[in-house]
Amino acid sequence: MSVGLGAYLTVAAILFTIGILGIFINRKNVIVILMSIELILLAVNINFVAFSAFLGDLAGQVFALFILTVAAAEAAIGLAILVVYFRNRGTIAVEDINLMKG
Amino acid sequence: MIADIAFYLFSGVMLLCALMVIGARNPVHSVLFLIAAFFNAAALFLLLGAEFLAMILLVVYVGAVAVLFLFVVMMLDIDFAALRRGFMTYLPVGALVGLLLLSELALAMGAWISVGSAGGVRAQPTPDGVTNTEALGRILYTDYVFFFQIAGLVLLVAMIGAIVLTLRHRPGVRRQSISAQVNRDPAKAIENLDVKPGEGVS
Repeated sequence: MSVGLGAYLTVAAILFTIGILGIFINRKNVIVILMSIELILLAVNINFVAFSAFLGDLAGQVFALFILTVAAAEAAIGLAILVVYFRNRGTIAVEDINLMKG
Repeated sequence: MIADIAFYLFSGVMLLCALMVIGARNPVHSVLFLIAAFFNAAALFLLLGAEFLAMILLVVYVGAVAVLFLFVVMMLDIDFAALRRGFMTYLPVGALVGLLLLSELALAMGAWISVGSAGGVRAQPTPDGVTNTEALGRILYTDYVFFFQIAGLVLLVAMIGAIVLTLRHRPGVRRQSISAQVNRDPAKAIENLDVKPGEGVS
């Protein structure tokens, strides 16, 4: 493996930044924001697996597995909330989600 | 050498797909690019020797999460053109925050070095001569079994939560009534009518 740890960390950092950028530029579209969160979690997973492989510690891969679990649960609940919200209001624009504003 | 080329290919395509996820006009295309990004990430995991996680990534993300996204995007009737308005106004501040974050990450990663004695504090040293899946299974079902169970519980709660949130009983929809069907007998099901000629049954 001649590609070093730094290369993987760089790719993960760029992917993380793309995810953050996606949250910023798609301010109105909740679905794309959820997808950006998936990208961020994927970047974190790449970091975990890269460190795990290069340092020879399997605990990182176990942790990545749990992140995968939580990401799946988060996507399911988030999309369920989205569907219910769309059913009630007929829109998913983030700016209209202000019912709980005090 | 081939591993190097594969790394640059897969990571490059993955980053391009990620850019298309956040930049595509149609959210359906976003989901499809997300799937492509996950495939390339799985290939990167394979290059790192984490075969089990690569396959789990494909099964869980492509098979479940991405398809869930696809269903929701196609099911909801949304005017996506209206949602995209203001895309360009948020781009400068988003790019600024992104550059800031990236430079911070670069600073943090650039200053990171592995101490020579770091190998001594590994929680689970990778065993030799064992496949990745077997090694993961050995520690997942012994040392991390509690966390494994908690992960299953998280998924169960998510499943129940999603069902509870989205289940609704619409009024006016005819549903199958099993008890009524089972309790039917010939006495109730058959009715003798004395039909007069030329009138028919109403």
